[in-house]
Amino acid sequence: MTTTEPAPNPAEEAAEEERPIGFGRLLRKEDPRLIRGMGNFVDDIQLKGMLHLAILRSPMAHARIVSIDVSAAQAHPKVVAVITGADLAEQGLAWMPTLSNDTQAVLATDKVRFQHQEVAFVVAEDRYSARDALELIDVEYELLSPVINVRKALDPDAPIIRDDLEGKTDNHIFDWETGDEAATEAVFLNAEVVVSEEIIYPRVHPAPMETCGCVADVERVSGQLTLWCTSQAPHAHRTVYALVAGLPEHKIRVIAPDIGGGFGNKVPIYPGYVCAIVASLVIGKPVKWMEDRTENLVSTGFARDYVMKAQIAATKEGKILAVRSEVLADHGAFNGVAAPVKYPAGFFGVFTGSYDLQAAHAKMTAVYTNKAPGGVAYACSFRITEAVYMVERIVDCLAHELKMDPAELRLKNLIKPEQFPYTTKTGWVYDSGNYEPAMRMAMDMAGYEELRREQAEKRERGELMGIGVSFFTEAVGAGPRKDMDILGLGMADGCELRIHPTGKAVVRLSVKTQGQGHETTFAQIVAEEIGIPPEDIEVVQGDTDNTPFGLGTYGSRSTPVSGAAAALVTRKVRDKAQIIASGMLEVSVADLEWTKGSFAVKGDPSKSVTIQDIAMRAHGAGDLPEGLEGGLEAQICYNPENLTYPFGAYICVVDIDPGTAVVTVRRFIAVDDCGTQINPMIIEGQVHGGLADGIGMAMMQMIAFDEDGNCLAGSLMDYLIPTALETPDWETGHTVTPSPHHPFGAKGIGESATVGSPPAVVNAIVDALKPYGIRHADMPLTPSRVWETMQGNHTPPI
Amino acid sequence: MQVNMTVNGQEVSEEIEPRHLLVHFIRDQLGLTGTHWGCDTSNCGTCVVLIDGEPVKSCSTLAAMAGGHQITTVEGLEVDGELDPVQEGFMNCHGLQCGFCTPGMMLTARALLNKNPDPSEAVIREAISGQICRCTGYSTIVRSIHWAANKETKVSLGSAS
Repeated sequence: MTTTEPAPNPAEEAAEEERPIGFGRLLRKEDPRLIRGMGNFVDDIQLKGMLHLAILRSPMAHARIVSIDVSAAQAHPKVVAVITGADLAEQGLAWMPTLSNDTQAVLATDKVRFQHQEVAFVVAEDRYSARDALELIDVEYELLSPVINVRKALDPDAPIIRDDLEGKTDNHIFDWETGDEAATEAVFLNAEVVVSEEIIYPRVHPAPMETCGCVADVERVSGQLTLWCTSQAPHAHRTVYALVAGLPEHKIRVIAPDIGGGFGNKVPIYPGYVCAIVASLVIGKPVKWMEDRTENLVSTGFARDYVMKAQIAATKEGKILAVRSEVLADHGAFNGVAAPVKYPAGFFGVFTGSYDLQAAHAKMTAVYTNKAPGGVAYACSFRITEAVYMVERIVDCLAHELKMDPAELRLKNLIKPEQFPYTTKTGWVYDSGNYEPAMRMAMDMAGYEELRREQAEKRERGELMGIGVSFFTEAVGAGPRKDMDILGLGMADGCELRIHPTGKAVVRLSVKTQGQGHETTFAQIVAEEIGIPPEDIEVVQGDTDNTPFGLGTYGSRSTPVSGAAAALVTRKVRDKAQIIASGMLEVSVADLEWTKGSFAVKGDPSKSVTIQDIAMRAHGAGDLPEGLEGGLEAQICYNPENLTYPFGAYICVVDIDPGTAVVTVRRFIAVDDCGTQINPMIIEGQVHGGLADGIGMAMMQMIAFDEDGNCLAGSLMDYLIPTALETPDWETGHTVTPSPHHPFGAKGIGESATVGSPPAVVNAIVDALKPYGIRHADMPLTPSRVWETMQGNHTPPI
Repeated sequence: MQVNMTVNGQEVSEEIEPRHLLVHFIRDQLGLTGTHWGCDTSNCGTCVVLIDGEPVKSCSTLAAMAGGHQITTVEGLEVDGELDPVQEGFMNCHGLQCGFCTPGMMLTARALLNKNPDPSEAVIREAISGQICRCTGYSTIVRSIHWAANKETKVSLGSAS
């Protein structure tokens, strides 16, 4: 079942609040501290005697380390220690595992493999002195040829980047394949229309406003390590530290305090964290490491970097038959992709999109290059951004060839509601969907026909206006533990709920907000299930000593996995409350009826007890039903049976100045469906943020390199992020198609807009350039690249 | 060297190195950690504070340059337990998510409304265009500042009648 609602009216939104006990628009519990500047971010933490760590990085992309002289740095009066890779190697700590079971150098020992790789670190009494001392370290390098062009990484004469790996004779990481190659080939051979295009998703970076960092504090006597860290996944980090460094897990406490945005950038474990832990261990004092902005952009988890050869087969009438692709994936110098182990290409397999196909096939080759490691970040839902961008771009190329309207072509091919659950030709089971109403709603909100008329008139006058459409299906909520794990850790999530005697509650999560509003939405989930007002529910997260195990917040998994856990643990507590209520009201359990917040005797609503009454009885002096323990609390671990599949229809309207090639995004209409909504205000916020990301990626951003491997995007002057001037006032709407397997029908929403918006923007720009005969142009569509395209000189960005 | 300034109405007098950035002085020396640091290059604006009422990026200002001036940080917006309407607006209109850019955004908004009590959407967007938010996509920030402007207009009309 799908319900549809128009976009909220901002004027109404700012009206006086009703405070729902459960789902609905509710102001955030985290805001009162954040608007007073009383948040507690990692760099806000000051401990007695705390030292500061700074990292020396390689100026070269590929070079052998001949010698390192740290004597001058060590002589600096405020320097406490200078550590090199050789020092770490003595302790067996020079290398660490990545989240993809590869290895990554903590500090380079033999050679550096990307520009800005970690080479040594300084610990000093203050942050300025630590930086000063970096200048005093003298490293001699022997330059090696770098591998920068991904297309040449597998050339027979390419330099071998990972000669640290035994027997490694090339730069190949993995081959991956999905779908049925022969069946797809058969469909393509007989198809009336085949369209091919090389589609590039350049390397980009999530660039959260707060960079990555940590404070490590090892207590000398007990050996207890406390690590305050910018981590989206504190439990996973703790276990990895235990496995890597051999520290006993119960002696490690990872605390992720307030986090200033993550977007996937704060999932991996970075060398800086390990350096800080080692420093605190060796020196016996707390040590802080905070990246500067350049370090963040040039060394931590990048995203995308896929070269995708896409093909689509269809009938002349526009029935899409099959899609296939060959992908070349640039993973940088270490394979640091944070994806479930069995999914080296993430969830790229959903490249079949939202369409009912006869066949599909994709194969991928991933390679090492002399660039920073990473690969899954920037709200991509494990490579779904790449998959959706590819299919939505090639569908537009097909519309171009067929001279069909791109919205009409999509409407003709969307999976029908009666086909759900729908199994794609690559084996993904879409849980629920009702696509056409979302598409129609977006078109209505946009005034689609009117926009096309306006465009036709403008084209007559030589003006450039474009209308871009995208329809996406996301796959979020990783994931079923039989299929999905990271470094052997199943992707389930725990949740604990404790109701205090006075009916107030505390719920403890394994996931961790980076701005998504967990303190509010998880209180709402518990409130919805048990009727305690959200303001009476404390949400504890981001502290491994005080929360149950789980894999953290990324891939839009908090609501689908941990949100389900919160609902089910509350139902477990409510079941116990019902037994206690039956004793209090002296009726059988079956004779009780639940209305939010209280149990009443069926047929006699005057006889009832509230959850607060029950909580007091659970802890009180009175008798409880026989065999029942006191207390009112429960714990569960939720293992999702499937992913959830949110979807949406986006329309972008752009104008291009023919004289300067400057693109203005005039309007952006986004209709999203994330199933049952917990807090529409927060959902709208999640969508808005992702839409801005889409404009950034489509028009402004790229982590580019020169031929020597110098990173050309090392500051926010070179790597552009949309401001309030490049972004329009977003127009949002939603439909509601609940997930059939999620306890309350919710799906994830955190990354839908980042996934769905880049193709809408690019499709709009390419549509505007139709008078120039343009069918495809690669991101980032900066004014200079749009201008070149208009002159017939479009070049791929990599 | 010695530096004297007024921060949120309080006189401060501190010993600093001449090279100390204002953002580090405010955060590390005064312990006012509501002012954040984000980029080194004055592009992101998360470090914005008001110097004599004007929004300034404290990552690109030496602490010494602030000597003798009036500094307002986010901690100075709430007066005697009463929130600034800009703070209320950000809460009511979901103008923040992670909250990292928020202090700088709010201070710029405060400076804007002091000069222009009824700014248009275009004027608001221009005013905050030197600052970056990665979470909100800006629409709700614009709404938040409108909300504050509306509240202040109502209050001032009320006091005039």
